[in-house]
Amino acid sequence: MAQHSSKGARFQAVTANRLSDGEVVYLSPDNQWAETFAAADIADGPEAGDALMARALPADFELHVLEPYLFEVLQDGTQYKPASVREIIRAAGPTVRLDLGKQADAKRES
Amino acid sequence: MYRYDEFDHQLVGERVKQFRGQVERRVSGELTEDAFKPLRLMNGVYLQLHAYMLRVAIPYGTLSSKQMRMQAHIARKYDRGYGHFTTRQNIQFNWPALDKIPDLLEELATVEMHAIQTSGNCIRNVTSDQYAAAIDGEIEDPRIISEIIRQWSTFHPEFTYLPRKFKIAVTGHDNDRAAIKLHDIGIVIKQNELGDVGYEIHVGGGQGRTPFIAKKMADFVPKAQLLAYLEAVMRVYNMLGRRDNSYKARIKIMVHETGEVEMRRLIEAEFAKIDASQMLAVPQAEIDRISAYFASPEFETLPATSATLDAAQAQDADFARWVRANVVAHKQHGYGIVNISLKPIGGVPGDATDVQMKAVADLAERYSFDEIRVTHEQNLVLPHIRLDDLKTVYDALNAHELATANLGLISDTIACPGLDYCNLANARSIPLAQEISERFADLDQQYDIGELKIKISGCINACGHHHVGHIGILGVDKKGTEFYQISLGGSADENASIGTITGRAFTEETIVDAIETVVTTYTDMRQTDERFIDTYRRVGLDPFKERLYAE
Repeated sequence: MAQHSSKGARFQAVTANRLSDGEVVYLSPDNQWAETFAAADIADGPEAGDALMARALPADFELHVLEPYLFEVLQDGTQYKPASVREIIRAAGPTVRLDLGKQADAKRES
Repeated sequence: MYRYDEFDHQLVGERVKQFRGQVERRVSGELTEDAFKPLRLMNGVYLQLHAYMLRVAIPYGTLSSKQMRMQAHIARKYDRGYGHFTTRQNIQFNWPALDKIPDLLEELATVEMHAIQTSGNCIRNVTSDQYAAAIDGEIEDPRIISEIIRQWSTFHPEFTYLPRKFKIAVTGHDNDRAAIKLHDIGIVIKQNELGDVGYEIHVGGGQGRTPFIAKKMADFVPKAQLLAYLEAVMRVYNMLGRRDNSYKARIKIMVHETGEVEMRRLIEAEFAKIDASQMLAVPQAEIDRISAYFASPEFETLPATSATLDAAQAQDADFARWVRANVVAHKQHGYGIVNISLKPIGGVPGDATDVQMKAVADLAERYSFDEIRVTHEQNLVLPHIRLDDLKTVYDALNAHELATANLGLISDTIACPGLDYCNLANARSIPLAQEISERFADLDQQYDIGELKIKISGCINACGHHHVGHIGILGVDKKGTEFYQISLGGSADENASIGTITGRAFTEETIVDAIETVVTTYTDMRQTDERFIDTYRRVGLDPFKERLYAE
């Protein structure tokens, strides 16, 4: 699996794609797979990151998601945001189709 | 058009049923992802950034109206209202749900299409010349032998687990529009001094992280021996190709490491064994049966010119420009080959909506003998349009934003899906293509620049063919940020060449300016009637480099 988090990363979250439809999902504090990055649990420090990843891999995780992995998150004031362009795009949708993906869902709901 | 026989129907039908069972077992937890992944890939189902992606095979890029309408239907019912035509003449859907894909495939099978051979380490969908059977000077319609190769290669038991994927392209014309020298096997249909038709075979071309131009392995393989020769190439590769490192597993690496002379010797030794058995000599009756599906349409006898067309061109300057840029001379008097650009200014290269696909299907049915072609440059073609009908067809295309008059020009960019969609990408490709087309939006400026092929890939796998762009752009990732490397002097035609990297990469903010610098360097230096590639070949990299990296 590709590396999505750097060694020095302080904050990390876990993401995966949902089995049924491939939707991007994030592991939430209550161990659910949530559809928005805002609902993701954020681990502070490498040990917390390992613990978060362990929570993403219960015996039956493959019934729900594909290929969970840790990725780096940056603190932006009181908010968090994905560190890489790749994860920013996964959290929002294609930058060339703002009418599609999570960015469109968010717009419809607001 | 080829029509499925009972065996084709049975093969595809059984495969859909199998896949339905596999999906059910994956969803129920009976299959792990490790077990399921190769099965879904064998059925064209990838996992991308936001969703699954389904790649549907369009054999040698030919579609009937009914088949195109089915793509529109799939886009509407199973996806988000659009599809993406690819550099391998296929179509991809970006958002299908896994549990609905078996239903989708079942509907697809009703128009004799499938997603087999669009992924995995097998012989992939065969590609060909989009002007097949429409262009003058063709030795033979390349789709006949493409179809025979398709039948031979589909589920070929010996070649189901090759070291890596394997791509074959065929052209029947000296002007190569199928990029045959960039394929694992490239086939050129030739005629010898005796008038016999046979095949020139090129082996070991490809792009990716290690690009190579294919080596000519055989000057003339007689018609009856083609499958034996191809089987020999495949067998040598299957036995001796590297399996220890997927980056070195393509046949191009084997040809390079083994050497052209030894490779030819190995192939010929194997060929002699296979051919002696006569097992793979295709019966003439079967060749005739398949050829009949590609019989020439019943063209009308028409004059070479059309007064209707001339009058329409005189009245409508935009139409006249479109005819000049996008309509290519047909072999039959009174007809033209219409190229439909899927590169509107500021648009996504290769994308078409369900409504656009249906519009193209309707036009093909009414005006083009029910035929549509997909090009490896991500455009569509209506191969047989009467000159008298060009204006009507243009107006209908124009009403659907399908009449951009930019074929082969700077805004007719190839771009892979890049980091907007692709799980492997390091950088975005599409926004760059959009910005470049907007920077050079003025069509008169584009005509002045002339033929210029920009090709953009979002990673080193080179789906956007950047190695063979006159200007190639490769997206790279540096610590999560996108950068873009430029290469110059590539070409995918009969004079194929691999581009040379200019130097350090550019940022997202500076790359379009850099492209403009390359273009102005060319326009400043070109001699009369010199295309970009001609000027580059005359002056070399240095003048471009000097301007690009001037302090």
